[in-house]
Amino acid sequence: MIKKLRQLADRMKPTFSEGGKLWWLHSTFDAFETFAFVPNTVTRQGSHIRDAVDMKRCMITVVIALMPALLFGMWNIGYQHYSATGEAMTLWSCFLFGAVRMLPMIVVSYLVGLTIEFAFAQIRHHEVNEGFLATGLLIPMIVPVTTPLWQVALAVAFAVIIAKEAFGGTGMNFLNPALVARAFLFFAYPTRMSGDKVWTAGDWWGTDAIAGATPLGEMMGGSARPTASLADMIIGTVGGSTCETSLIAIAIGAVILLVSGIASWRIMTGVIVGGGLMGIVFNLIGANEYMQLPFYYHYVMGGFMFGAVFMATDPVTAAQTNIGKWIYGLLIGLFAVLLRVVNPAYPEGMMLSILLMNCFAPLIDHCVVAVNISRRRRRGKEVRR
Amino acid sequence: MSKRNWKLITLPFNKENPITVQILGICSCLAVTAQLKPALVMAMSVTVVVALANVIISLLRKTIPPRIRIIVQLVVVSMLVVLVDQVLKAYMYDVSKQLSVFVGLIITNCIVMGRLEAFAMVQKPWPSLLDGLGNGLGYSVILIVLGFVRELFGSGTLWGYPIMEKLGLYEIGYENNGLMIMPPMALILVGLIIWWHRSRNKDLCEQ
Repeated sequence: MIKKLRQLADRMKPTFSEGGKLWWLHSTFDAFETFAFVPNTVTRQGSHIRDAVDMKRCMITVVIALMPALLFGMWNIGYQHYSATGEAMTLWSCFLFGAVRMLPMIVVSYLVGLTIEFAFAQIRHHEVNEGFLATGLLIPMIVPVTTPLWQVALAVAFAVIIAKEAFGGTGMNFLNPALVARAFLFFAYPTRMSGDKVWTAGDWWGTDAIAGATPLGEMMGGSARPTASLADMIIGTVGGSTCETSLIAIAIGAVILLVSGIASWRIMTGVIVGGGLMGIVFNLIGANEYMQLPFYYHYVMGGFMFGAVFMATDPVTAAQTNIGKWIYGLLIGLFAVLLRVVNPAYPEGMMLSILLMNCFAPLIDHCVVAVNISRRRRRGKEVRR
Repeated sequence: MSKRNWKLITLPFNKENPITVQILGICSCLAVTAQLKPALVMAMSVTVVVALANVIISLLRKTIPPRIRIIVQLVVVSMLVVLVDQVLKAYMYDVSKQLSVFVGLIITNCIVMGRLEAFAMVQKPWPSLLDGLGNGLGYSVILIVLGFVRELFGSGTLWGYPIMEKLGLYEIGYENNGLMIMPPMALILVGLIIWWHRSRNKDLCEQ
């Protein structure tokens, strides 16, 4: 099988090489070939190998890490629907319902995003990068289940063109494209992204919704505690964006990312510690009921953990220095909880706080490097003396 | 009209556009373009002010002492802006209210001061008038495009006419894009225009 594929690729190669008939499609061919086989190009100048894993394998690992959350999310969509309607349900009927809602969104996201990526790659004569495999999956996972497909398509197009290609494509973007897509939906169609009528799907197709609050929505509404128990929120059987609810599923993904070394443990820990610190500070102030909410509730409500594991750790948009990663992570957690508790307009602060820190990541790195340089220069002077 | 004078009018539409190439007057272009009507009125006001200020400064250019030229320019511009403001209040009160402070802020519009400093101070009145008109119209084109796109997709109307509703788009699930009404989207749209413009004129790209 693999051998046949290799032969096929070799046979097709001349057509796509320079001078060949289909040269203008060379990056498309290149993308599919390197998707199946590790490329045989080698670094010609001073090599800087750090790992045998290239970007494609890296992105696939992220996709695998997302699978538990995705599968649980699909089940939860069905579970929320059947709980709201009161119909009988089984494991499989829940899952099927969720899959029918979820798969079209994923297909639309990939179709639109990859079309734009391939088009830009052809125009600019560079290879197609697989960064979008993770982004394209993330976008349907962080929107409400009732988001219309055309809005998903629009948001994906906006994110890929404005947040990514305008800055030079994969690896050059300074904002996380998946979050830009969500932010676009959030500001363009606010009634579709917040409130009580978006989180539970009403039927198999379409955008009908059943009223049902999320824990964060309830807190915003002024309740002392979310109705769902702590255990429910950890398992994830509560309302929310499609795949953000289950702490357990996200934890499995986090383990995969950490063991494979793709996500930075410094950032993850930083976000969790930062959010916790801010939560404790609010507990100590205790001026209103939201501030009195025990700090660990912030971990289980909304998209805090999903953001900490899959969004904040995006290697392109995060800080690069080790100390910088700590600062970056801490501030994300801090701002996320701050926005949740203090800002009356946004129930969830994770998206905005990550996007904000994305903007500051280069500055953090710059400061860390500059401090390091001046420290070493001072040390050098002392030695010379 | 001589070829040189003709260029004064046409260049601001293309390679010397005040907004997309010189990046001037961005503030007002983000603030007033949520709807087509105020955008058009603003564009006309700025065009009138730039053109007339250019002529007046050009007529005075030999008598203005160089050391106080900026303040003289400001006085001339202020006078014109107050005139425009009064005319708007008298004949287009609703639009004038919508534009609020932004009519007054034409005084600080960089395009006006830029043209006075760079052109009217050293050129004769007739070319100055053409230059002012050209730059004002170059600014207007961008404002009208932005106003058109933002009102159409943000509010679903054009010049107040509910075009999206009449097309029956809401019934098949279409919704207005709330981001279009916000100033950040105007900035992104200007960015897209600049992107398109530069991809067509490679000589505008920085290295």
